[in-house]
Amino acid sequence: MRSAVEIADARANKPGHQLYAGRARAIIERASIALRSSTWVPIATGFIEPVLYLLAFGYGMGALIGDISTSAGAIDYTVFIAPGLLATSAMNGAIYDSTWNVFFKLNESKLYQGMLATPLGPLDVALGEIIWALFRGLSYSIAFMLITAPLGLVPSWSALLAIPAAVLIAFGFASFGMAITSYFKTYQQMGLINIALLPMFLFSGSLYPISVYPDWLEFTIKLLPTWHGIELIRDIWFGVIDFSSFSHLSYFIVMIVLGLFFTTRRLRDLFMR
Amino acid sequence: MNSGVSVENIRRNGALYVAESRIRQMSKWKGIITLVAVGNPLFYLVAIGIGIGILVTENSGTSGTGGVEYIVFIAPALLANTALLGAMDETVFPVMEGFKWRKMFYAINSTPITGPQIALGVFIAALVRVAFSVFLYWIFLVAFGVLSFQDSWMAMVVAMYGGAAFGALMMGVVAGVKKDDYFLTVLGRLVITPLFLFSGTFFPLTNMPIYLQPIGWISPLWHTTELGRYFGYGQEISGSMLSIHFLFLTAMLVAGIKIANIRFTNRLLK
Amino acid sequence: MPESLISARGLTKKFGDFTAVDGIDFDVAKGESFGLLGPNGAGKSTTMRIIAATSRRTSGTISILGRDPEEHGPQVRAHLGVVPQQDNLDTELTVTENLYIYGRYFGLSKKFVNKKVEELLAFAQLEEKKDVKVEALSGGMKRRLTIARALVSEPDILMLDEPTTGLDPQARHILWDRLFRLKEDGVTLIITTHFMDEAEQLCDRLVVMDKGKIMAEGSPAELIKEYSTREVLEVRFGSDRNKEVAPILREMCDRIEELPDRILLYVEDGELLLEAIAAKKLHPNTSLVRRSSLEDVFLRLTGRSLIE
Ligand SMILES: Nc1ncnc2c1ncn2[C@@H]1O[C@H](COP(=O)(O)OP(=O)(O)OP(=O)(O)O)[C@@H](O)[C@H]1O
Ligand SMILES: [Mg+2]
Repeated sequence: MRSAVEIADARANKPGHQLYAGRARAIIERASIALRSSTWVPIATGFIEPVLYLLAFGYGMGALIGDISTSAGAIDYTVFIAPGLLATSAMNGAIYDSTWNVFFKLNESKLYQGMLATPLGPLDVALGEIIWALFRGLSYSIAFMLITAPLGLVPSWSALLAIPAAVLIAFGFASFGMAITSYFKTYQQMGLINIALLPMFLFSGSLYPISVYPDWLEFTIKLLPTWHGIELIRDIWFGVIDFSSFSHLSYFIVMIVLGLFFTTRRLRDLFMR
Repeated sequence: MNSGVSVENIRRNGALYVAESRIRQMSKWKGIITLVAVGNPLFYLVAIGIGIGILVTENSGTSGTGGVEYIVFIAPALLANTALLGAMDETVFPVMEGFKWRKMFYAINSTPITGPQIALGVFIAALVRVAFSVFLYWIFLVAFGVLSFQDSWMAMVVAMYGGAAFGALMMGVVAGVKKDDYFLTVLGRLVITPLFLFSGTFFPLTNMPIYLQPIGWISPLWHTTELGRYFGYGQEISGSMLSIHFLFLTAMLVAGIKIANIRFTNRLLK
Repeated sequence: MPESLISARGLTKKFGDFTAVDGIDFDVAKGESFGLLGPNGAGKSTTMRIIAATSRRTSGTISILGRDPEEHGPQVRAHLGVVPQQDNLDTELTVTENLYIYGRYFGLSKKFVNKKVEELLAFAQLEEKKDVKVEALSGGMKRRLTIARALVSEPDILMLDEPTTGLDPQARHILWDRLFRLKEDGVTLIITTHFMDEAEQLCDRLVVMDKGKIMAEGSPAELIKEYSTREVLEVRFGSDRNKEVAPILREMCDRIEELPDRILLYVEDGELLLEAIAAKKLHPNTSLVRRSSLEDVFLRLTGRSLIE
């Protein structure tokens, strides 16, 4: 049996040992214990939102719009929006988990303060919380697939790759969201997040191709992570993988790395004042 | 003894005192409230009204939207939505806060102010917010030439009326909520989003399969929107449908206030 | 002087322009029980956080087991059990789960932690509440759980920031008893408290802080000897007369403290003074002779009503 001191000393010479104790899984374990006694309703209903959008826009809007012409040819409107909604729900879920949830733990329950009084470092906390959120994102993505496939909205088996892609996208959003949340002190400020996100989602082409916009707007949208997420999932969904798909992928890898970096620094600064 | 506190005055104006303090609190966030009031529907209007509008026009012209441009078609719906969301914000959160989170209703109630007066006060404050948001948004729609100034002001009034009805209902419902663990999440996911999507907001309700249409029928948003379309740009609606829309909202308003009064009184007695 | 476990020199902490800890020096020996006393805002908790490697000093040096907490935060924290001034229990978990997961944060094995949890439930007398969510505990129970939680990693330094605030007298005495036993096992205790009796009971040595500075240092007995007289005479004349007689009394003793409800007179022999007062026909409503305590030292060093 190794003591707490031996365990900590064993890492003393590893680079970054101040920030990471190699125990993100302790945070995940905590989350899974908390899940046991938490109420299931909010978790179980989480996947319902994209399905509702799919139904509403698929049926209601499809009748007004007809087919959409894309690089994969003309496709039915409902089929067109399905991958966009998968991407949107992955991003939304990640944002919810990394903003409101984290906000509560930072400011109300002081949970992280307790964690960081142990040998755990800020990166353990950030990674643990984010990875846990991704489990949820993963299950929502699978649920979405299970609902859309029987409706004939999933064109091929390779579209299943959209699931890991959705998790990657969620990772990017969650790691950034946590850093941003650490700056907010009141619920009203948190409301700003929602206001800022709405246009990002509405304009990023989940419901129609952004080619309808003037050039300057189209260019601006192409800088946003929401657009890259939707495009990435759409490329995979319709099997049109090309150079741009890789650019979307790299966008998220960079986002994850930067996000983790910022979150770790912020947590360290907040709790090592 | 003259303590400067007139019980008579409080009895008479209690609701106004409560409303005043709510409005003071709101005005602290007036920047954000204005941003939401204008930003939210603005984004929908531009993103969906123009973005999807282009696709709709290309595909089916104005035949699917009763002969008006798509953006005109959704404008009254967004106006109604602003009213309902504003009403919800200013009833759900204050009532939760008052009974549960900070429990200040109990403190207010220890003065001569009664439960129904508190309810009325919160409601009045919510109406002020609704009126403010709807007015701002209507001005905006007019300025952009989506609706006409002379002919559409009644759409603004019915939107406020719909907001009032929904606000009253929410007060009644939330006053009975004891456990808030997931009430707000469920409210958002299972009530607000479906209402928003299935109330004929972005397309005529009749585009929906018949088994989904009942969601619209019981939705205050649909009734408010239909009235808004009638008064906003003259969509044709039969006289009997018009009365149904009005009666529905009125019933909701009355029932909401009744339930709120009963629940406020009972809960504060405990 | 035994080898020092914690050693601070010129330790300073600023929040913006405000200096919370102002260049303090202290040493804590292994196995010692060290107390920090001082009025609200003196800088006690801030000092505790710096030692616990959860706050960065502005200047000065500090070493814990020969290590700088800023360089070796995780290694230092692995030695510590921390009871913060404000409970920060995991409100989503039960009592047992709180203890368990805290042990896991230290990297301890499930088997070890599970065994330890049983022990700690008994320690905190929370066996009956073991499957209850933390939210449903009373304030004192939460405090006991926080203290138990700090012990899950078998720390050799225990940091207690006002540990007994909110505990009933019985629970306080039980805790003192437990802390004595930990001390016997060689655990070093660092304690802040506002209860002077607690400081006298628990601390081998203490410092009195005020406005970020150390005002005095020593064992309770040394401090009493240095900063107070052997005995104290407490007299009450009623709040109106207190003012009147104070100038007369001042002439008759080493030091006087006028409190709102009574007057404290510091002398070597209280009975003698009382007789002298009676001889002057000043008859107090009540009077009491007692030995000086840390309370008196504290009042002398930090009291606002200090009159010499
Ligand atoms: N994070 C912070 N930011 C700014 N000022 C702080 C911070 N933490 C503490 N202070 C200030 O530093 C001073 C010392 O605070 P500290 O908490 O150390 O006092 P204390 O001696 O523990 O008091 P108490 O007996 O009330 O617990 C106080 O004036 C406090 O306002
Ligand atoms: Mg303190």
